[in-house]
Amino acid sequence: MIRFDHVSKRYPGQRDALCDVSMHLPAGELAFLTGHSGAGKSTLLKLIALIERVTRGTALIDNVNLATLRRQRIPWLRRQMGIVFQNHQLLYDRSVFDNVALPLVVAGYRSTELGRRVRAALKKVGLLERERAMPITLSGGEQQRVGIARAVVHRPKLLLADEPTGNLDPELSAEIMELFVQFHQVGTTVLVATHDIALLKRFRYPVIALAGGRVAHDDLAGESA
Amino acid sequence: MIVRRKRTRSQRGEPRRGPGRGRGWAAPLLGWLEEHPRAALASLGRLWRNPGSTLMTALVIAIALALPGALWILLTNTQAASEGWDSGAAISVYLEADLNEQAVAEVEQALAGIDGATLVRTISDDEALAEFREMAGFDAALAELTDNPLPYVVVVEPTATGAGATELGDLADRLAGVTGVDRAQVDLEWVQRLHALLALIERGILLLAALLGAGVLLIVGNTIRLDVLNRRSEIEVIKLIGGTDAFIQRPFLYGGFWYGLAGGIGACGLLILLTALLATPTAELAEAYGSGFRLQGLGAREAAFLLLGGGLLGLIGARLAVGRHLRAIEPA
Repeated sequence: MIRFDHVSKRYPGQRDALCDVSMHLPAGELAFLTGHSGAGKSTLLKLIALIERVTRGTALIDNVNLATLRRQRIPWLRRQMGIVFQNHQLLYDRSVFDNVALPLVVAGYRSTELGRRVRAALKKVGLLERERAMPITLSGGEQQRVGIARAVVHRPKLLLADEPTGNLDPELSAEIMELFVQFHQVGTTVLVATHDIALLKRFRYPVIALAGGRVAHDDLAGESA
Repeated sequence: MIVRRKRTRSQRGEPRRGPGRGRGWAAPLLGWLEEHPRAALASLGRLWRNPGSTLMTALVIAIALALPGALWILLTNTQAASEGWDSGAAISVYLEADLNEQAVAEVEQALAGIDGATLVRTISDDEALAEFREMAGFDAALAELTDNPLPYVVVVEPTATGAGATELGDLADRLAGVTGVDRAQVDLEWVQRLHALLALIERGILLLAALLGAGVLLIVGNTIRLDVLNRRSEIEVIKLIGGTDAFIQRPFLYGGFWYGLAGGIGACGLLILLTALLATPTAELAEAYGSGFRLQGLGAREAAFLLLGGGLLGLIGARLAVGRHLRAIEPA
């Protein structure tokens, strides 16, 4: 699903944020991406989400080359993935339902099917009864679950999570992580960026560790076909 | 590790529906058709929730549209009032001085022979002088004269009724060509001048309308630009979840359209108010001149033009602003 070959990313006027990174996350896999702040986790996710472009090397998502993807095709590729952000990135001027519905609206779903899918996603994260609420009235954990519902409502092949448990206590973190495991079990490829060691220990999934912009450790290395 | 891989492979075979898959070709089209009214209503609702600033912008646009509209109404009314002024026109043919009556009769005959000309009457030099004497103040001056300096004047009308300015001019030229004629003057030259002036004013109004139209573009463009900047984080999020530029633009474009349309409605209201306020004084003025002229207000065609033009200008203004600023906003 995600394949990096000697990928480097350099921001103008700075040293390489990522340096010669090679990795492969097979379809249907769940893996952690870890490392200290500044190790390159965010940069790697930004490359995958096409927020940033690769400087050198080849990055493939579902066999699509990110380096040569035209600007107009970026929305299309982003619809194949769901992204969960540390700060939720919810729109606070509209209801929980409308927030979760956004990826479907963007993709041009009709309202009948849209309502069905949004409620299914909200039910999955246990917030069905809060669909009319405004996000600001929800707790941090609930807001994060709204963010997750929005990330999975269009049933993406790839789910990216950037520090999804960053602001949550261990109990809530584990709940959120359980959700990712459930999506993984129905076949979604999941990549969770986190520096939460406790989480890594509790959920035994493969880990890709970055340090100083390089791959320091990769449980999946050698597995790639 | 190996155990996990096996599980992964088994999962890979599970049926899974991605977005758009299994929905056929009609569903996205219907979704798109649903999306337009949704975006239109959403942007309308957004304007509705900020009535103060919306009203202000709409009013500025309304005034910008109403100004050329008012001038246009003034112009069409002037044209309507002056219509028919050049029909029943007459040409004064001044004969050369010092013609005796015999010669005058010959010239009259020659003039009557001109195709399309009908002689109305002839004013002799004595009659003209008498007419002058009747005017106050000329009496003393005319008493100084030893002989009558005034020529004979033959008044000629075109045979055909409703002759236009050009036909009159042609006829006057032919009349002037007759021997014994000094010059032939169309009495309605001032009407011609008025019409030329009105044509000039019409051109001026069009230029002014173009200028103010450009103003409306800038007003809407600037309003929408601020709107885009205010909703920067929202735009970033929508871009991140795969919203195309067209999708993101849509509510802003509708917003511009609504501003323009509201401005057009406002302009229509202003013009109706304006003509209502001027109707009575105009009627009184017309009556004083013994005319049945009534002020023509905003016609259905003009109103439709204002509404459509306003909406279109708003749309274009929004398009100009949005296209430039959306590109600059990228998630980081």
